[in-house]
Amino acid sequence: MTVPYAEALQEFEPVIGLETHVELGTASKMFCGCDTTFGADPNTHTCPVCLGLPGALPVVNEKAIESTIRIGLALHCDIATWCRFARKNYFYPDMPKNFQTSQYDEPLCTDGYLDVEVSNADGTLETVRVPIERVHLEEDTGKTLHVGGATGRIHGASHSLVDYNRAGIPLVEIVTKPVVGTKHRPAEVAKAYVAELRDVLRGLGVSDVKMEQGSLRCDVNVSLNKPGDDWGTRSETKNVNSLRSVERAVRSEVERQAARLRQGERIVQETRHFHEDTGLSTSGRSKEEATDYRYFPEPDLVPVAPDTDWVAELKAALPEAPSVRRRRLIEQLALSALDAEAMTNAGVLDLVLATVDAGAPAAEARNWWLGHLAQTANSSGVEPAELSITPAQVARVVGLVAGGSLTAGLARQVVDGVLAGEGEPEAVVATRGLAVVSDEGALATAVDEAIAADADAADKIRAGKVQAVGALVGRVMKATRGQADASVVRRLLLERLGVTE
Amino acid sequence: MNDLTRLTAREIAAAIAAGETNAVDVAQAHLDRIAKIDGQLHAFLHVDSEGALETARRVDAGEISGPLAGVPLALKDVIVQKGVPTTVGSRILEGWRPPYDATVVERLKSAGVVILGKTNMDEFAMGSSTEHSAYGPTHNPWDLDRIPGGSGGGSSAAVASFEAPLAIGTDTGGSIRQPAAVTGTVGVKPTYGGVSRYGLVAFSSSLDQAGPCARTVMDAALLHEVIAGHDPRDSTSIPSPVPPVVEAAKQADISGMTIGVVKELSGEGYQPGVEQRFAEAVETLTGLGAKVVEVSCPHFAYALPAYYLIAPSEASSNLARFDSVRYGLRVGDDGDRSLEEVMSLTRAQGFGAEVKRRIILGTYALSSGYYDAYYGQAQKVRSLITRDFTEAFALADVLVSPAAPTVAFPLGEKLSDPLAMYRQDLATIPSNLYGGPAMSLPCGLSDGLPVGLQIMAPTMRDELLYRVGAAFEATMPAPVPPLDWEA
Repeated sequence: MTVPYAEALQEFEPVIGLETHVELGTASKMFCGCDTTFGADPNTHTCPVCLGLPGALPVVNEKAIESTIRIGLALHCDIATWCRFARKNYFYPDMPKNFQTSQYDEPLCTDGYLDVEVSNADGTLETVRVPIERVHLEEDTGKTLHVGGATGRIHGASHSLVDYNRAGIPLVEIVTKPVVGTKHRPAEVAKAYVAELRDVLRGLGVSDVKMEQGSLRCDVNVSLNKPGDDWGTRSETKNVNSLRSVERAVRSEVERQAARLRQGERIVQETRHFHEDTGLSTSGRSKEEATDYRYFPEPDLVPVAPDTDWVAELKAALPEAPSVRRRRLIEQLALSALDAEAMTNAGVLDLVLATVDAGAPAAEARNWWLGHLAQTANSSGVEPAELSITPAQVARVVGLVAGGSLTAGLARQVVDGVLAGEGEPEAVVATRGLAVVSDEGALATAVDEAIAADADAADKIRAGKVQAVGALVGRVMKATRGQADASVVRRLLLERLGVTE
Repeated sequence: MNDLTRLTAREIAAAIAAGETNAVDVAQAHLDRIAKIDGQLHAFLHVDSEGALETARRVDAGEISGPLAGVPLALKDVIVQKGVPTTVGSRILEGWRPPYDATVVERLKSAGVVILGKTNMDEFAMGSSTEHSAYGPTHNPWDLDRIPGGSGGGSSAAVASFEAPLAIGTDTGGSIRQPAAVTGTVGVKPTYGGVSRYGLVAFSSSLDQAGPCARTVMDAALLHEVIAGHDPRDSTSIPSPVPPVVEAAKQADISGMTIGVVKELSGEGYQPGVEQRFAEAVETLTGLGAKVVEVSCPHFAYALPAYYLIAPSEASSNLARFDSVRYGLRVGDDGDRSLEEVMSLTRAQGFGAEVKRRIILGTYALSSGYYDAYYGQAQKVRSLITRDFTEAFALADVLVSPAAPTVAFPLGEKLSDPLAMYRQDLATIPSNLYGGPAMSLPCGLSDGLPVGLQIMAPTMRDELLYRVGAAFEATMPAPVPPLDWEA
């Protein structure tokens, strides 16, 4: 039983909160030298430290501290001048020490914000400020695979397998303060926040932010209250792992809670599991009996005291914020706001900018990345940024078209060749033989053959119906496997048929 | 050579270097002695004859040299050695062979020290008598019916009984110094961070410190220099040069030094015989040219309760990893029981009563709602004790006290009274809470049993212990246990 989203939000005020976990892209783990590459054989990236063997000790990864501080700075946080790690104690087989080294009451970064933009009904953008409570650093756990059960969950499983490759990968947790005043669009704000955060993190180069591989994971908190009342009891939906799911998770939780509240039922404070297939969540463990993690300062590590000059240097060297860059692009490239949003959503904004920086006109760069390349990425299930073509290469293809040595059709073949690993654009042109044939002598035979093959069309053209030339141009292009310059072909055909425009 | 086992480490190294004996003969002599007497003593949990002789052969082949090359050593079973069983005195790690070497072990190996085997200890280093070992107690070579101290009773008994000239101990609240005191040997807890903890199975991370056990101050200094020094794998390891302990042991001159007698480390709980020997030791120090003053450390009275909050708290977390999933004991995994049940059964059977007592204490002290009153308060006491030390060291170069309040007590005497057992560490715990170095060395006998003199120094001034210790040692012959029980 649910109440439709829009209706629910006319009756209740939403408060949302987001906890985002980001796996940092450091070469080694948080407290040892093990490799962090994704997808290795189980338990091959392990050592005494990340397996929690008796006697092993952690050593902090400095790069991870630096990345966390940069994230904090990009989110306008205060950076601690002195802070400690803490142990979060609980038993779980994928946690080798049965405590997680994390941060508790002394996080590295506190009290920031992130401005996000949501579209209004009329297409204008409105900025919503999402307050950030804290950004802290911790270690990831291993992964447990439950075998033999119906759902992959521990319930009903015959046995479980544990892979500790992920154990100890540096994980940054970014926690918002309760976000109030999202009015009729908490789901949209939540999605925009995660999207913006992802762009910020990508811009910083601190993580590959791949939600599908779990390097960016979200927990979504939602509560509803009647206007004027205190905040309601919140639920926490865990492991919401795509932008679309963030929106759906908030939406479905608003609908579920509104229905319960309407019936006079209370909301149980609990953890809920989100199901990608249905877009709905189911109840997990109740949080009413709070787990006591027995936090205390990690005695195996010395306090972290970032030098203020160093922090100032990091701050000065931060890249342009995505929102600022977006505004600049809109102005510089004369993009519409919707175009910019489309590019952001498609994950190509940086790529477009880089392509423009490499010399391509904005419109061409946009068309490639929102068009053929976005489609290619989509159909092969990767992010555009992961395609094996660089913005510089795209710009060179654009240049070849502008210079007349490639047609639009040939250009696609060149790009596909680069994507297929056939080398630089120029090499693809050479090996595939894709250069435009504009040698009129070489085209003359094809032109004659086209006229001979379609006498009807030729007659029509001679009779003044010039638009019929398209069919003949098509024949020539086909005969030359697309390598002819269509405008040259057209001119030659008309000349041959004695027609002038 | 006569009996190779009666030589000091320095003498052994010199004899090998001079070609008067060789490392294999030395190792074999000690292995033979262990084979002969350890059935009665039970200082060793595991003897690694093959590994020891292999190292000795490499020393004899000239592959390794150095001031302790070829000298045998007993390693407390709390320190991991690759491929050699490490139990920490507990059933829960029975059969586990570590896949890596502790930093201390790496340093011993590269110095050519011959590791004879692993010594008995109170389970997870929790205890003052070695009676809490899951593998049965060690006996004091001075009187087999008495305790050898703890937790490192195996290491001290091995050194005192000439099974090994050197041993490694670890000291969280006195586990090197109290055994040294009651066995008539020298034991040093270096400055916290002076010796790497990498590969030391943690009891209480902020207090644990490995250090040397020997029969002479000079031998302890030689071993100290081998194992100490910065280790990038231990974040709490101090990145400074090792204090010049061997040089100080050679200097052995204390004229002009000021020595502070800690008022609070005497009186109730201290046996009259112990206090008597201690008073004589202070007179000896005066006679050696030191100025003796009395200092007051008012917060030492709270050291024991603070320690019994901090150490169990850290232990409750450190020992969580022993859950049967990755290594060690696994109980009840019959295919039907849940993981949680198997974990519970394993921990219920794998840990002894004292370990469980401390896990429960620590879990309670860290619980939300109690944290500030217990763990938080104990940390404040720790700061106050540090301040007491700092103020005392403004008045004196080193501080002295009895190392243990009593001589070795009979086996079983305090097993049913944990608090009485805990009070064995009254004098040693303050240095652990502060982090500074401290030594126990023999200062005579009371009722035929050894008494230990404790010397305490400021952090990273470990050399002061050796300077005072060597000067004092020169005034009295090293005590030798009667060993009348030997078959």
